[in-house]
Amino acid sequence: MDTEPPEQDTTELGTPVGRRLVLAVAGVGLAGIIVGRDVQERLARLLAPIQQRDPTGLTDLLPLGNTFRYYSVTGSVPKQTASTYRLDVGGLVGTPASYTIADLSAMPQTSLVRDFQCVTGWRVPEVHWSGVRLAELLDRSGPSPSATAVAFRSFDGTYTESLTLEQARRGDVIVALQMLGQPVTHDHGGPVRMYVAPMYGYKSTKWLSGIELTAEVEPGYWERTGDYDVDGWIGASNGREDEPVG
Amino acid sequence: MAEPPPSPTELVRFSRVEHAVHRTVAILMVVSIATAAILYNGFLAVPIGHRRIVKLVHVYSGFALLVPIVVGVLSRTYRADLRRLNRFSKDDWRWLRSRTRRDGTIAVGKFNAGQKLNAALSTGGIIVLLATGTVMYYPDLVRLSWRTGASFVHDWFALAIGLLVAGHISYAMRDAESRRGMRTGRVSTVWARDHHGAWADEAAGAQATPTTAGTRTRRGVAGS
Repeated sequence: MDTEPPEQDTTELGTPVGRRLVLAVAGVGLAGIIVGRDVQERLARLLAPIQQRDPTGLTDLLPLGNTFRYYSVTGSVPKQTASTYRLDVGGLVGTPASYTIADLSAMPQTSLVRDFQCVTGWRVPEVHWSGVRLAELLDRSGPSPSATAVAFRSFDGTYTESLTLEQARRGDVIVALQMLGQPVTHDHGGPVRMYVAPMYGYKSTKWLSGIELTAEVEPGYWERTGDYDVDGWIGASNGREDEPVG
Repeated sequence: MAEPPPSPTELVRFSRVEHAVHRTVAILMVVSIATAAILYNGFLAVPIGHRRIVKLVHVYSGFALLVPIVVGVLSRTYRADLRRLNRFSKDDWRWLRSRTRRDGTIAVGKFNAGQKLNAALSTGGIIVLLATGTVMYYPDLVRLSWRTGASFVHDWFALAIGLLVAGHISYAMRDAESRRGMRTGRVSTVWARDHHGAWADEAAGAQATPTTAGTRTRRGVAGS
């Protein structure tokens, strides 16, 4: 490389403001890594009343960490309506079944108000959920003695998840028909999705199309490709310390 | 980097290395911003899907931003311009405060104070995005609360740098000659006198005496 020209008169050239700005910006950013979580929580609490009343939804674009982010692992997901939708229950069962939304709506409904916690960090407080307990559907089909686990299929064609039979029978594991006070929208995984309250969001399969009883737990999509824990308990898996939801 | 001799009505503004660095950074930046928009916004994320691939493209185009910047720093012309961007003269502060800053009364060097600010803020922003992005990508690097902090910083800095880039492009779109300067390395002397008067004098002088051009071009940045 060429040699530099001799240092020039710096008073004439001016002060190195550019370098100071770069360092200041970098300093603010790095400090933010350490204090960012607290700042985010305070900011989210401060802005929550505005966000809830914002008819434009524009405030949801602000990165506050307390709104839903929409994840889809495949290409565009086909839309299903009440007339096209079917939920198949099969595998190691006595009576396989295929339910319409009307069938599911006619069953006893369970409502829950629980947080939704994503394993990537965001958490939406006090979401209203309502639907059929998974245990209800399992009882109707009668799992055979060799069944120990439940596998979930999605009509996105790619996503899979699973629970042990014992986890699946919990009272806070529901096949959700309603979310946030209305039928589950397409973007939220509607018309029918899973809601596994005590576990991270990836356990709650969106665009649910099939429930299959299996002989053993089949690790799901993110558990195979993203090294997520198969038992995705909130606050006790994936190296995280979030407050449990229960 | 040797440039072919310019015609008398043109001045050399950027070297080929600078052109290549700018082009590469621009492409990687646009890819990073586009993939970030998909990852972040539901109305894009749901119809486009393929989260794993979009994420990979985002992460690697982000990390790749380092390459053109490091290559640039190895070049003499690039370092010379970094030095100019770094220094704020008294005229720069006057230019920032002035309401009539573009009428030519304040002699502007090779870069005006707005360009200097943009360069510094973008550089700082890129450093922060790279650092926080690294923390987010390698989950075992730091404790969880710092990782949450890193995502928070990454989100807000991404928003800020998106605005900076949008501003940068919108200024460029208003000035065809300035875009030609970046594309071909040359600008018309007339344009240079209008927008960067102090630099136009200096560069014209340097081109007239090519034997000393290498060292002379950097003289008198805040000058005259």
